[in-house]
Amino acid sequence: MATIRVQGQDFDPGAEVEALARGRTDVGAVVSFVGYCRGEGGSLAALDLEHYPGMAEEEIARAADEAEARWPLLGATVIHRYGPIAPGERIVLVAVAAEHRGAAFAAAEMLMDYLKTRAPFWKRAIRSDGAVEGWIESKKEDDQSAARWSGAD
Amino acid sequence: MSGATRGTMKALYFAWVRERVGRAEEELSPPPTVETVGDLVAWLSGRGEGYARAFDKPAGVRAALDRMHVRRDASIAGAKEVAFFPPMTGG
Repeated sequence: MATIRVQGQDFDPGAEVEALARGRTDVGAVVSFVGYCRGEGGSLAALDLEHYPGMAEEEIARAADEAEARWPLLGATVIHRYGPIAPGERIVLVAVAAEHRGAAFAAAEMLMDYLKTRAPFWKRAIRSDGAVEGWIESKKEDDQSAARWSGAD
Repeated sequence: MSGATRGTMKALYFAWVRERVGRAEEELSPPPTVETVGDLVAWLSGRGEGYARAFDKPAGVRAALDRMHVRRDASIAGAKEVAFFPPMTGG
């Protein structure tokens, strides 16, 4: 059963990774991904992330269920922040524990692809001059990347 | 469930759909002829300029029923909550 948190505050990636393996002797691999806010050469003051409370957690849980059905996982943690996030700050964590690295790498990648394209979050850019830019558009590459994991859809 | 006695449903709007519609949520009572998500989009589009702008490129707006992604042909019968939003940009 995956640990899923949608929250405004920052998180400690080291502690989250460690928690997946602590006290266990069956975990042979933990793969983690941390997504950060890019400063775009100083032009970005912050990203503002809006989300759909309730559905965000449920959609991440559905993705985690799919990952667990697909690979023999021993644990997974997904944390996604919302609200204003400044350049250099963490946005998202995906960490997956398994007996072997192959399943952990693959599941972490699938979860990130699903987060990008199916979890209800929307980013908007706030520029350094105070201008609130429009909503960031979704990328076709993200859809293509996510499509690798779906059979019939 | 037949659509004849359908009650109200809660509608939620996010990101630029919310901005164009001009509100984050509202209660909707669509007529019985509105059977699918696509019907609901067409019905909402006729409610005013903001709605029309929000749904002017129908393929550009995603929908969820009771917190599950759905396509336009999904039936709204029995749904308590509908949400409209742009393609997701999280992660």
